[in-house]
Amino acid sequence: MSEIEKIPLDQTELLRFITAGSVDDGKSTLIGRMLHDSKSIFEDQLSSITNTTRKRGMEGVDLSLLTDGLQAEREQGITIDVAYRYFATPKRKFIIADTPGHEQYTRNMVTGASTANLAVILIDARKGVLTQSRRHTYLASLVGIPHLVVAVNKMDLVDYSQSIFDEICKDFAVFAEQLDLHHVDFIPMSALKGDMVVERGEYLDWYKGTTLMDLLENISITNDVNRDDFRFPVQWVCRPQTKELHDFRGYMGRIESGSVCVGDAVTVLPSGLNSRIKEIVLYEGNVDDAAAPQSVTLTIEDHLDISRGDVLVKTGDLPLVTKEFDAMLCWLSEQPLDPGRKYLIKHTTRIVKAVVSRIDYRVDVNTMNHEPIQTLKMNDIAHVGIKVQQPLVCDDYQRNRSMGCFIVIDESSNNTVAAGMIGSSVS
Amino acid sequence: MSNRPFTHLDALESESIHIMREVAAECANPVLLFSGGKDSIVLLRLAEKAFRPGRFPFPLMHIDTEHNFPEVIDFRNHRAKELGERLIVRSMEDSIKKGRVVLRSETQSRNAFQSVTLLDAIAEFSFDACIGGARRDEEKARAKERIFSFRDEFGQWDPKNQRPELWDLYNTRTHPGENIRVFPISNWTELDVWEYIAREKLEVPSIYFAHEREVIRRDAGLLPVSHLVQPKAGEKSERVTVRFRTVGDMSCTCPVASNAATVGDIIAETAMTRITERGATRMDDQTSDASMELRKKEGYF
Repeated sequence: MSEIEKIPLDQTELLRFITAGSVDDGKSTLIGRMLHDSKSIFEDQLSSITNTTRKRGMEGVDLSLLTDGLQAEREQGITIDVAYRYFATPKRKFIIADTPGHEQYTRNMVTGASTANLAVILIDARKGVLTQSRRHTYLASLVGIPHLVVAVNKMDLVDYSQSIFDEICKDFAVFAEQLDLHHVDFIPMSALKGDMVVERGEYLDWYKGTTLMDLLENISITNDVNRDDFRFPVQWVCRPQTKELHDFRGYMGRIESGSVCVGDAVTVLPSGLNSRIKEIVLYEGNVDDAAAPQSVTLTIEDHLDISRGDVLVKTGDLPLVTKEFDAMLCWLSEQPLDPGRKYLIKHTTRIVKAVVSRIDYRVDVNTMNHEPIQTLKMNDIAHVGIKVQQPLVCDDYQRNRSMGCFIVIDESSNNTVAAGMIGSSVS
Repeated sequence: MSNRPFTHLDALESESIHIMREVAAECANPVLLFSGGKDSIVLLRLAEKAFRPGRFPFPLMHIDTEHNFPEVIDFRNHRAKELGERLIVRSMEDSIKKGRVVLRSETQSRNAFQSVTLLDAIAEFSFDACIGGARRDEEKARAKERIFSFRDEFGQWDPKNQRPELWDLYNTRTHPGENIRVFPISNWTELDVWEYIAREKLEVPSIYFAHEREVIRRDAGLLPVSHLVQPKAGEKSERVTVRFRTVGDMSCTCPVASNAATVGDIIAETAMTRITERGATRMDDQTSDASMELRKKEGYF
């Protein structure tokens, strides 16, 4: 063990989550409540929003103002983009991707959800499961978020009624059956009054489950990364060419999934050449094994021609190497898809030319019905076929998120125009 | 190794290393902005972890306002030398001499004018990416900024027109004249930075620790007395035990009263503190609720 590992460290993990819901569901109030009750709001922030609340002719402190960001937004009373919030408890550090709930919702939610371990779906207890709740849940399942929490909010406005809560849970379960959801929890709460967010409150004694904060602190996220399949896309080749390290050739990158040990037989893709792991190099010194999502440097026994974009995998556990695949595509750009035009795809550390060769159907995110279409506009989600000029080394997205995701770039504008998830099993 | 839990610092570190390597691989001519402050000190350790045993694939650069604390400048030079990496220094004094920056007075805060010197340096060296130590928890405008953040030909940030950033697939493509600012520690908080400094046993400039200093009480803060800041009529200076939470322009960076003498003390104090980092220490951010947003739109880092 190196010196550094001997330092007693706090053992807090990092959990990333997204809150889905419109302003009316009390989403900003919920985030404000979590920050406030976990004592993550600073005095100067509190005094600033107290002033703003007063300026707007209201009393007390409007916690939803905490998540307002830019001057343009404050003037217009809207939120225009994904914002990231940070708070910590003694058990965990949290990153919230806060996405606004207006018409560009699909684009923003997919963006915020792409890195999340967990999604909180907000439902207004007075309104029950609405079209937008279905849309949020569908998107969470599409992006493969491992944990889902259904927060039935505004319980104070329905007299904290258990039967209303039960009814909403039942409705939700019926529709969620159609989706590939891994893990769902239901929590009744009032973000405004603070019931069941951080504190239990006084009015929900019939509910025996945990508070939202308790759940966020304790849910197991160890297996959110694929632990089985070793995948190492090469980011950078290190060749110091100094006197002492004349022949050193290190492959630098992040282990996207699985783990690796010194001596493991590995295959380099797409070339298919084989070798063994010689060293796992860290700044602190060499180690015998490493696992996702560590960033490491690997050396191998043989002198092979390996460059950025190549992927090292274990010899017995090969991913797909292909120039044609099916994918779910979420169109993000105001400029619609030009079928037949060449785009760039960035997948792991590889950038290739690509065309959308087929559009099978669009998914209506509200009903989940399939509809025939000719092209893709902003916020459309569609099942497509894609052809690429050089092969991609990939896995099905639902099995391995980081090896199944890609972005589409328009070569003339340089904009990111779409997000894709490989595999026909997503539908 | 495999039995050790993967902590939040490990997760943040691995993400930052991944970002640095993406910049190195995809950008033609990047540079790392190193001021000698704690955030850029963390960036340098992350660069060591990302690229050793090789050299850094980019030089270091400091935009010197010449209003910096001497302890910080000494530290900057010493650290660059220790790493054996190239340090470029571009001074705002040169921009003033060339007439590119016009100040109302010698003692005016220079923070807002750094962008002129920075943009000139970017043009001089044709840098296409600047790696910086900004964090999203610092300020409202930062919370909405991407990790790879684009600037047009005039160095302007357009918050309404940012590229969507999904998973950790960064789109680094730029048109000629455009520039990317890359923030590898976007997701770190002030506390994370200090915990990392403790874990990695990183050296920081002495003014981060409690020391006695001549200060003036002005508005709700303490201002350090220097050749730039002297007591006005009716004010008197006093000696107080203070430390700095940020180390910027001497004319507007305020220390806080503190007895924190070690990194451990600072962590304890940061975990307890009830005022945000910028709220406590930057006079220039208190002018208006949207100060940072406005400066960023004009090309400020």
